[in-house]
Amino acid sequence: MKNHLFTADAASALGGPDWLVARRLAAAEQLATLAWPTDSEEVWRYSRVNQFDPARYRPMTAEELGDPDAETAPGGGVLAAEAGERAALIVVRDGRVVHHELDADLVAQGVTVCGIETCSADAIESHLGSVAGASPDAFTVLHDAFLAGGGFVHVPRGVVVKRPIVVLHWAEGDGLASFPHTLVVAEEGSEVTVLERHASAPHVSHLVNSVVELSVGDNAHVRHVSVQEYGDQTWSIALQRAHLGRDARLSSSAVALGGDYARLRTESRLDGQGAESDLLAVYFGDGNQMHDFRTFQDHVAPRTRSDLLFKGAVEDTARSVYSGMIRIRPDAQKVEATQSNRNLVLTEGAGAESIPNLEIEADDVRCSHASTVGPIDDDQLYYLESRGVKPEDAERLIVLGFFEDVFARLPVPELATPLRRAVHEKVGHLHEDRS
Amino acid sequence: MSVLKITNLRASVEGTEILRGVDLEVSSGEVHALMGPNGSGKSTLSHVLMGRSDYTVTDGSVTIDGEELLGLPTWERARRGLFLTHQYPVEVAGVRIVDLVDAATDHGIDEARVQTEAGRLAVRDEFLARGVNVEFSGGEQKRTETLQLAVLEPRFAILDEIDSGLDVDALRVVSRRIEAMTEETGLGVLAITHYARLLTELRPDRVHVFMGGRVVTSGGPELADELEAVGYDGLAERLGFAVPKPVSAEVTEDPFATPGF
Repeated sequence: MKNHLFTADAASALGGPDWLVARRLAAAEQLATLAWPTDSEEVWRYSRVNQFDPARYRPMTAEELGDPDAETAPGGGVLAAEAGERAALIVVRDGRVVHHELDADLVAQGVTVCGIETCSADAIESHLGSVAGASPDAFTVLHDAFLAGGGFVHVPRGVVVKRPIVVLHWAEGDGLASFPHTLVVAEEGSEVTVLERHASAPHVSHLVNSVVELSVGDNAHVRHVSVQEYGDQTWSIALQRAHLGRDARLSSSAVALGGDYARLRTESRLDGQGAESDLLAVYFGDGNQMHDFRTFQDHVAPRTRSDLLFKGAVEDTARSVYSGMIRIRPDAQKVEATQSNRNLVLTEGAGAESIPNLEIEADDVRCSHASTVGPIDDDQLYYLESRGVKPEDAERLIVLGFFEDVFARLPVPELATPLRRAVHEKVGHLHEDRS
Repeated sequence: MSVLKITNLRASVEGTEILRGVDLEVSSGEVHALMGPNGSGKSTLSHVLMGRSDYTVTDGSVTIDGEELLGLPTWERARRGLFLTHQYPVEVAGVRIVDLVDAATDHGIDEARVQTEAGRLAVRDEFLARGVNVEFSGGEQKRTETLQLAVLEPRFAILDEIDSGLDVDALRVVSRRIEAMTEETGLGVLAITHYARLLTELRPDRVHVFMGGRVVTSGGPELADELEAVGYDGLAERLGFAVPKPVSAEVTEDPFATPGF
């Protein structure tokens, strides 16, 4: 790979603990041998990856990132307030933790919330990359080469964290790239909810190449919500991967509203018997946005269950892609897996791709998949209008109603109201443009 | 006192004329029954009145107190006081009845009003919490159609086969509520049906027989009795013509289709 500034020298110049520098350097050397993916690969089909130009971005310097120990963002601002009560707060700017706090009673119970670059190496080295390492591609390697920090959450055995841990990500800087990382390790029998909110500066060209790793121990329950409201020229290429132990439970929700091109690859591997994974998503693109989702429900162990419901809308000339795979491995008998993707196409210039896939290597399983792409039903519009509802209000009600079953299942109920408002505004903007 | 007046209404679908000169006049507080065989165009009439876009009106007029409704979009007709209870109300996921009536009135109705009406119509709370019509039984659909009617207080209601899918008890509850509205708010009713049993619960002031896309004869409640005795064929014979062939495709769509009634 040539003609860009993501070099080994730039990777090592970021500094930090020796183990992290060494890890970055190894990734940077590997990166030099890789080619960027193209849309001829199935996992990138319909994507905008061919438009990706690494020369448009450069990595940050150590000076730009600032001192890893610096506390430069007290509190969390208006976004944190919308999350309601919380047990902990991590503020991440351009991939580096600039503030973190944790309730004293959870500190006493052994819960850790810290920045990857400043945590003790023992706590983190054994976990970092253990989950995401199973999904390598050039962007994962690029991420590892410039990983400058990120949030680390460790919940010890049997500890229940009742209120959410809130992680606020902010990215800025025209022509810059940032590499946020979130690593959640929930030990056996623990419970935790992690809410991540991603935003970036508007009108600047920025690449966010992020990774979320969720390690869900035996009989642990992790609820993860990510809400992305990136600026209109942000490119986001994100990987979220979870490994689930015996009787573990993952409830994961993704909300995508922003970005120019925003891709999220969500993978859930059910390693232990009795593990359960629920993956939800809501996405709504307007203007020229593209939201791109790739999902993987990977059933390794028997008697595991997974459910997926992804719902999206597109308007103006926005596009979306959903491509999902359920894989049932040979030993994974008595598995139940479902996959459902529903799309509303609100204008003629918009479009949605929906590609559900099954790969079943066991014989005693129950699997189903469903996908729909279409405009708002005329009969529904007529029904509402026959009551006196104005056409634009009818459309808004139907779109909000379409997303309602996902909103109702969000593990952080306080989020539903601002998200409904955001969807409301997107549908409203459609009518402003028309009139 | 208001008057819904339909004059020489003609409408077609994809070039086929379904309504062939309909004349009707309903005043506040009156109950009119419109009875006709399957395929006579009864349901088409209800949708043409409401302004559904699949139909092309070729002639005639529909007014409330002299104001022309044809040419107005559906929602404006509703706001001028016209209400349709749908024969097959469509499911709208995630949109509760209270959301619907709130939007229909630009936030003019509070939830308590919906609760009160739900009580009168024996609609259980779970049906208010769900998206409208989502997994409702036929009976629940018609009760909640009536609930919306009661809450929105229109001047005229077109009941499109409100008796289909209703058991006797539910039919009674719904009929009593509509009858009360004719007294309380002066609601005028045009009840489209092919079952005489509706007319034992919802007693009409006038009965109109609808065949071949128009009203062929009108009379008092005794006309429904005659129809029950001799059927559409017998009635057509008395009037000196044969029952016209179906003009619309309702026949194949209607799961309750029976010859006559």
